[in-house]
Formats: sequence, C-alpha cells, structure tokens
Amino acid sequence: MSAGVGVDLENLWIRFGDFVAVRDANVNINGGDFFSFLGPSGCGKTTILRAVSGFLDPSEGKVLIGGNDMRGIGPNKRPTALIFQNLALFPLMKVWENITFSMEIKGASARERRKRADELLDMIALPGQGDKLPSELSGGQRQRVAIARALCAEPDVLLLDEPLSALDLKLRQHMRTELREIQQRVGITFIYITHDQGEALTMSDNIAVMRAGVIDQIADGKTIYNDPNTAFAASFVGENNVFRGKIRRVMGTEAVISTNRTGDLVARISTANQGKMREGDEAMMFVRPEAFAIASDDAPGDHCVTARVKHEEFEGNVFNIFTEGDGGKEIKVSLPNVGQSFEDHTGQTIRLEYETRNAVLVPAGELAAE
Amino acid sequence: MNLSFLRISIWVYLAIFFLYLLGPLVIMSVTAFNSSAFPRMTPWECLTFQWFGELFQDQRILNGIKNSLIIGAGTVVLSVAMGLAGALMLTQIWPKLRATYYTIIIAPILIPGVVLGISTLVFWDRINRMLGLGADSVLSNGIFLTVIGQSTFIASYCMLVLVARLQRYDVALTEAALDLGATHAQAFRKILLPFMRPAIASAAVLAFLASFENYNTTTFTFGEYPTLTIELAQKVRYGITPSISALAFIIVALTVFFALLNEAKLKRQELVAAARKNATVEELAGKIKLPSFFAGNVAALLVVVFGVATITVVGTATAYNPAQCIANVKEQKQLEAEQRIQELRKQREERRKQREAEEAEQGGAQSMPKPSNNSGFGNVFAPNTLGGGDEESSSEPQPSTNGGFGGAFDPNSLKTD
Repeated sequence: MSAGVGVDLENLWIRFGDFVAVRDANVNINGGDFFSFLGPSGCGKTTILRAVSGFLDPSEGKVLIGGNDMRGIGPNKRPTALIFQNLALFPLMKVWENITFSMEIKGASARERRKRADELLDMIALPGQGDKLPSELSGGQRQRVAIARALCAEPDVLLLDEPLSALDLKLRQHMRTELREIQQRVGITFIYITHDQGEALTMSDNIAVMRAGVIDQIADGKTIYNDPNTAFAASFVGENNVFRGKIRRVMGTEAVISTNRTGDLVARISTANQGKMREGDEAMMFVRPEAFAIASDDAPGDHCVTARVKHEEFEGNVFNIFTEGDGGKEIKVSLPNVGQSFEDHTGQTIRLEYETRNAVLVPAGELAAE
Repeated sequence: MNLSFLRISIWVYLAIFFLYLLGPLVIMSVTAFNSSAFPRMTPWECLTFQWFGELFQDQRILNGIKNSLIIGAGTVVLSVAMGLAGALMLTQIWPKLRATYYTIIIAPILIPGVVLGISTLVFWDRINRMLGLGADSVLSNGIFLTVIGQSTFIASYCMLVLVARLQRYDVALTEAALDLGATHAQAFRKILLPFMRPAIASAAVLAFLASFENYNTTTFTFGEYPTLTIELAQKVRYGITPSISALAFIIVALTVFFALLNEAKLKRQELVAAARKNATVEELAGKIKLPSFFAGNVAALLVVVFGVATITVVGTATAYNPAQCIANVKEQKQLEAEQRIQELRKQREERRKQREAEEAEQGGAQSMPKPSNNSGFGNVFAPNTLGGGDEESSSEPQPSTNGGFGGAFDPNSLKTD
C-alpha cells in the first residue's frame, strides 16, 4: 500500500462545558490505512472526527496530520475531506456539479470540471448520471456521489461518518467491499466511524474501540475479536457469552476462575492484561458461541459448562442452542452445520466444552448494552 | 336530505364568503368602464375607456407611481438584506437568547405604523442635526426616510418568511462546502444563498407589496416624494372619480396575472420533475421529454386566456369610440332634466297662484317681503344667480328652478313645504 499521510491524536481531550466527550485519546493512524473508530452512539467517535476535520477545536492535546499540528487551521485548509452521515449533497446542484464543487472553488473551468466529473463517475460506476439531481438517485448512488465528491478534492485523509447507516442491509454489505476497493485504489488514509462491528471488522486495517469518550483498545480486527482488552470490547464486538467470577489461581498466561453457577473454569488471560490480574480479583471470562462444542465424555471439568437448554433454532449455516446462563443472560452456542444430525435438546441439561485458548479472561467491567 | 341541506348551506356560505371578499373589487372594476362621472355600476350608461386615458394623463398619479416604484425597490433591497441577516442571526445566536431576540426583532410588526413614521422622522432629523447637515441633505430626503421607515417593520416580515426556509436548511451543507475548501463567503454565496432563493423571492414580493400599499408610515416621511397611496388619499379628499377605479382595475388585473403566471410556473416545474422521475436513465441522458406546456396545467391555460383577453380589450379600446353613446346619454339626461324643470315650474305656478289668493284674502295692507327671497344665504344657492339667466325658459326672474340638480338645492323648495 502506498504511504499516505498519517494522522496522530496526542492526549486529545474534548469537553463541552462539564461534559467530557473525548478523554485523553492517543491514536497513531498510519498513512494509507483504513482505520475505524467503533463504538455505540454517543461514545465520542464523531467528536473525534470533527476534531480531525477541523470543525471542532480540541480542549487539550493535539491533532497532527502528516506530522503537522492542525491547531488554528480551519476545515477548508486541512488536507481532509469528510463524508457526512447524511451525505450533505448539495440538493440544488446536479451530480457533476456536486462532485466537482472543490474544483469550482479553485476556479476551474466548466469543461475541466465536466471531464473530471466523468472520470469520477466512471470510477464509482455511475457513468452518464452527471446531469441528474441528487434527489433523483437511489441511496447507494448518492452514497457513491458523496465519495466521489470527497475524492475530487484530492484529500490526504478521507473521513467517513457512518456513511452506510442509512442504507439497507444488502446495499450496506455491497458498499463495504466497494469502499474497501476504492480505498485500496486511491491509497489514501481512510478514517471510518461506525457503530456496526461488522463494517469495522470487514473493512479496517485497524480499529479503535470506544466507550464513553475513552478508547478501550486499538488493534486489528482479528486481535480485537479474539483478544479483547476489556469487558466492553469483548461484549461490543461480535456475540459473546460472559461468565463472571473471582480469580482463584493464576498460572502464567492462564487462570482459573470460580463462578457461582458453573464452578471452576480455566481461561486464557487476554494479552493486555497478562501479569496484571491477581488472585481474588473480579474477572469476566468470554467464550464466543462458535467456540463451544457438545462435550465429549472424557472432557475435563474445568473446560466444561453444564446448562439446561431453553430453546433451539436452526439458522441454516449454524444451529443455535440457547441455555440458561448466569445473571439472567442466556448462553448462546452456535454449532456449524457440517452435515451432522441435530437432535432436539430442549429441556435437557447438556455439557458444553471449550478450548482454553478460546476463553478470554479480562477484568470485570462494564458490558456493552444489548 | 339532511346531508344535502348541509351541502347546500356550505355552498351558500362559500358564495357569501367570496362575494364578501371579491364583491367590492368586482364593482370597482366595473365602474371603471362606466361613462358616468361618478363611479357607479347602475345605471349603466356607456362602455368607455376614457377613465384610463384620464388616469394616464394625471401627472400626480403618474409621479406617485414612479415614487412608489423607487421606494418599493429601495425597501425590497434593504428589508430583504436586513431580514436575511436577522434570520441568519437567529440560527447562530446562543439558544437561551433566541426567544428574547425573536421577540425584539418581531416587535416592529406590532408597533403602529404611525408611531414608526413619527419616530423615523424625529430620529433622522436628530441625526441630521447632530451631523450639522442642512434641510436638503440625504438624511432628510423623502425617499430615504420612507425607505428607512418602511423597512423598520417590513424587514421583520421578510425575516419571518426567511426563517421558515432557513429552518429547513441543513447546516451540514455549509460544513461540507467548507470541508471541500470553500471559504465562508463562498459557502454562503454558492450553497446557502441558492437554497434561500425561493424564500428571498417571496420576501421581496411581500416587501414590495407592503411598501406599495403603505400609507400610515409613509404619510410622515414622504417629504417631497408622495407615493401613490399618498396621492390617492389626497385626491379622494376632493371627490372620487372613475379614473381611480381604473387604477384599481389595473392593479387587480396585474395581481391576478402575476399570481396566475407564478402558479403556472410552479405547476410546470412539478410536471417536469414528475416526468424526470419517471424517466429512465437513457431517456434523461438523451433528450428530456417535456410535457407540452399545457398538459394538466390549468393555471397556464388561464394565463394565456388572460393574455388574449387583455389584447382584445386593449384592441377594442383603441378602436372603440363611445362618443355617440355618451352624446345620447347626455341628450337623454338633458331631456329628463327639462322635463323635471317643467314639472317643477308647473307646481310653482300653482303655489304662486295659491299664495296670491291668500294674500288677497288677508288684504293688501301688510307689505311682506316675498318669502321666496327670504333665504338667509341671500339667495346664493339659488341656481339662477349662477348665470341661469341665459335660459330662455326662465320666464320668471325670481324663484326659478332649473339646472341639473332638479331644484334640490333650491332653498325655496325647502321653504315652501
């Protein structure tokens, strides 16, 4: 990937009166990366984006783009282009005028603009649609026009504020791949804001998981999914089953916790928390639904969970079993459909086993709201 | 049955309502074409266009229209600019202050125009004196004062219109423009202003009409530049003529015409938009198939009908000569008047005879002055004194009754009852 312009946030604080929207954010975004901020609504991710694009001044700390401090530089002077959540296409301008607005500002002739617009329309697979008004396009087409408009300004960094949230599921999935392709083609840094973990995981090189103004973890998608730092990151990204307990024994990178309901269980301490967790600490163990299997008879007890099956459902590619878990939360188990026969377990008590590497232990903390 | 009664009463109500709204206008318009010297619909005398001719020869009216147009244009520019600034301010201001700000900026609408007129006059006179300028400076110029005075409250109207549109504006559009490298001025000119254009047009029309019809503020500030309303008011003080009806008719016709034109344009845009939406990409890329101008557009049809009617009327007006008709009416009137005179004379003759008989009874000793000449006005109102002498029909010199008033103003006729 070509080396684009990197963005760094250094000790960034943003306050609105007494409310702290962003608390001491430190992020290094490499040039040419597709970087996502992932978090529930109201966690401060849009605030960070506005600080990078220049609509908001940080209360403390710095925003660096390509190593240059951006303090006091307005949004129209920054090498960034923002794609708004509602796209903010100019409703009275035709598509081609929209796309080449940044050229009009610089005084380019109509002929030049037209030519560039046609190139970009080809790139976003909307050839010949330049003379339409934005209101005459479908949601996905508008989306692509917004991208073309931003790219036309030739920014070093493209900022995207939940641009897919207004689209239906099919289109959203299609646009994911398309966005990723465009990013790889133009090779500039993309900073993407989303509350959809699927979008973040499929597109990003790196993801920052945010919760209430704090960045919990910055890592690539696989790491975040498999080795979360906090209970929030573990529960927000993907589906997860939580088991609460006290640490009974720490053995290097593994530990045993005692739970009220299912006894002692062994788990792997997540990488960031290794060496920090002590005996007697409150902890949470997370096991993904797909990491469970129906236990074989000789499975050791500290890898097994016994639970009563409440109901089951067949989803096609997976077979879901819901059992009673602790704290009223049910445990979900997803067995892949690979040709075995699924017998009905409803009402029965079954033993589920997991591998230690698939059970992640983090300090007890706030979980993501369902 | 009950339902049909309800329906009928609704129609009756509607008829009364529209009669109430439009009746005066219709009657006024009709009087503009009646040759009667006093604006009236009945009795219908002759179709005439003379009042229009008279109107366009009246220098004061023409001058009033000119001043009204100049002041209207000035007011439009000033009020729309101030209204837009006020509206933008309202969206920018600190939310807690917004209600207060709104109240203050709306207040001029609630203040009587007379007060605004006087205060404008006093205020600018004070400024004028503070700057040590003479009575002929710009600050005491009638046009300047009227524009300023009218704009104080018309700007508030404009602001209301503009705020309504501005509330639908997405601030993200301005942000997007800034983000794409535009300066604030460019974002304003290229994004916000085009968005506001329809509202600005409405506000401008509103401002112009408000300025055009304003009387009570203008009456204090007009100085040497009387507007049309001022001129009309002064003219009406000395009696109303059908040429004022003619002016009213022109204004009504112009208003209806532009309203229809606007409606036709809107309808057309709607149709075009609908056509574009239905069209496929290929059609749009090729040639846009516009609906024919009139398809489903009643307003457009009416505009054309209106235009044709205007041309017809103007054509008729230039060719038509009502002189013969007017002459006929005059003759008719004269005949009627003469007939009345004859009747009155007959009555008078009889009364005189009666009186003479009474006098004869009482005896000639009392020499009373003749009662007919006893008027306190020294007979000035007797039409005879105003050169009625050339009428050969007045065989008697004293209490004769003739002239167009049919003796109504003759004090004698009151006395003798």
